[in-house]
Amino acid sequence: MLEVEGLIAGYGSIQVLHRISLRVERGQSVCIIGANGAGKTTLLRCLAGLLRPSAGRIAIDGADIIGGSASTRLDHGITLVPEGRRVFAPMTVRENLEMGAYRRLWPRRDRGVPADMDMVFDLFPRLAERQKQPAGLLSGGEQQMLAIGRALMSKPRLMLLDEPSMGLAPRVVQDIFATIRRLNAEGMSILLAEQNANMALKSAAWGYVIAEGEFVRDAQSDALSSDPAVKAAYLGL
Amino acid sequence: MHAGSAILQLLVAGIGTGSIYALIALGFNVVFKSTGAMNFAQGEWVVMGGMISALLFASTHNIGLACIAAVVIVSVIGILSERLVVWPLRRPNALLITLVSIGLAICSRSLVMMILGKKPVGYPGFSEASTLFVGGIAIQTQTLWIVGLTLVFLLAMHLFFEHTIMGKALRAAAADRDAAAIVGVRVETTVMLSFAIAAFGGALAGALITPLTLSSYDQGALFGFKGFSAAMLGGIGSLPGAIVGGLALGLLEAFGSFYISSDFKDAIAFAVLLAILFARPAGLLGRADVVKV
Ligand SMILES: Nc1ncnc2c1ncn2[C@@H]1O[C@H](COP(=O)(O)OP(=O)(O)OP(=O)(O)O)[C@@H](O)[C@H]1O
Ligand SMILES: [Mg+2]
Repeated sequence: MLEVEGLIAGYGSIQVLHRISLRVERGQSVCIIGANGAGKTTLLRCLAGLLRPSAGRIAIDGADIIGGSASTRLDHGITLVPEGRRVFAPMTVRENLEMGAYRRLWPRRDRGVPADMDMVFDLFPRLAERQKQPAGLLSGGEQQMLAIGRALMSKPRLMLLDEPSMGLAPRVVQDIFATIRRLNAEGMSILLAEQNANMALKSAAWGYVIAEGEFVRDAQSDALSSDPAVKAAYLGL
Repeated sequence: MHAGSAILQLLVAGIGTGSIYALIALGFNVVFKSTGAMNFAQGEWVVMGGMISALLFASTHNIGLACIAAVVIVSVIGILSERLVVWPLRRPNALLITLVSIGLAICSRSLVMMILGKKPVGYPGFSEASTLFVGGIAIQTQTLWIVGLTLVFLLAMHLFFEHTIMGKALRAAAADRDAAAIVGVRVETTVMLSFAIAAFGGALAGALITPLTLSSYDQGALFGFKGFSAAMLGGIGSLPGAIVGGLALGLLEAFGSFYISSDFKDAIAFAVLLAILFARPAGLLGRADVVKV
């Protein structure tokens, strides 16, 4: 469903991504692993319409969308769970979820939004308990759930996740990844960027290895996990 | 006069001016929330509200129509101001927007002087009877209009920010621009909207106060300074803070000028500003952690 070809992007005169190409099939779970500063966030921001690439092609279901803004990406069913969660700290949990559905509430009101909010509360009962609290008071794990819930409120078909494990306790990381696998099992396409290669490769079917803004390998996750070079560089084995 | 009724009289006067300051402070706070900047053109919108109302009243003799039209016109001027001087900035940041707003204030003042003239202008209060005697004290009916319409405006703002998706989008963009963009909010539009709200509040203040004080092109800086002090006093960026700060400053001025000296009136805002900066920089209601650096 997502096709990227020859993507070049950067900040000002600094080029960060060099001719990146990747594919995510409908319902597939794909991960991008790579070290600090490799360009994972930059790539996901391009895909989410937050950063304008200087060249290349981004297509969703065959339609070119490279010039579009974040709003048009959302309308195409692409949503981002950003690095560092970025919940709206002073706003309540419920308002955060409502904001996730912003494109469905403005300018036209989609009547399905309340039902989707109930669905998110079913998925994350902790959020239901805390729906009136400011998001800034939640724990890191709860904020990550909220960030995922907020993304779900846009009714995405492809969810981009940027380091969902960042700064979380191992147990919480397990929970978050279980949720991601469950969403994928229910049909959501997933593109996940992680420094935690171990977790990422376990939950995705296909993996790309990024280094200095270029994909240096891509293969089935199992194959990558057992690759000696990948093991040495990213799995700390 | 009886001591008790003197105090009541001062209380009413203080709440009246305090409401005006609250309206201006709200403008500072809304723009601060969305941009992190202090908008020094805020006071000029107060003047425009008063002077344009006066001009329209002179030609229509309908005070309600004149004031409503003036407030709408100034709101559009607020939007234009944002589109002309803030939006084109390649790398907008709080300091730059603050500096640009000083330029905007100076230009606005010159334009007002050129187009609307140097003469102070005014019009009668909104009600036929200008004073009302209640329990031995005289209340100007315009003061009641000021307090009433300020309440209506603040209530409308509260409903807007808490209960509409656009209002929530404004709060979301103020909390985290990037995250707001991720959910599809056009952040530049929220900045434009905040300028419109600020101009609306300022113009409303001007339209309401002119029957009591007249209005002239050179009052903007003082209005701006009072509103700014009230905003700082209540806690910059806090909407309830605008009300608390505005009323507190209005009351301090009313009582201060009565018990100390009326020559001292305008210095009170400055004294309050200094005191708050020394003692409690986040303001009465502000929390240090919500204040952007
Ligand atoms: N806003 C920015 N302005 C300039 N350079 C940036 C900016 N953001 C990132 N970079 C640079 O781009 C490169 C890639 O950064 P990016 O954040 O995409 O990496 P990453 O793979 O997400 O790293 P991490 O795992 O630490 O999140 C880095 O060299 C970084 O210094
Ligand atoms: Mg990153």
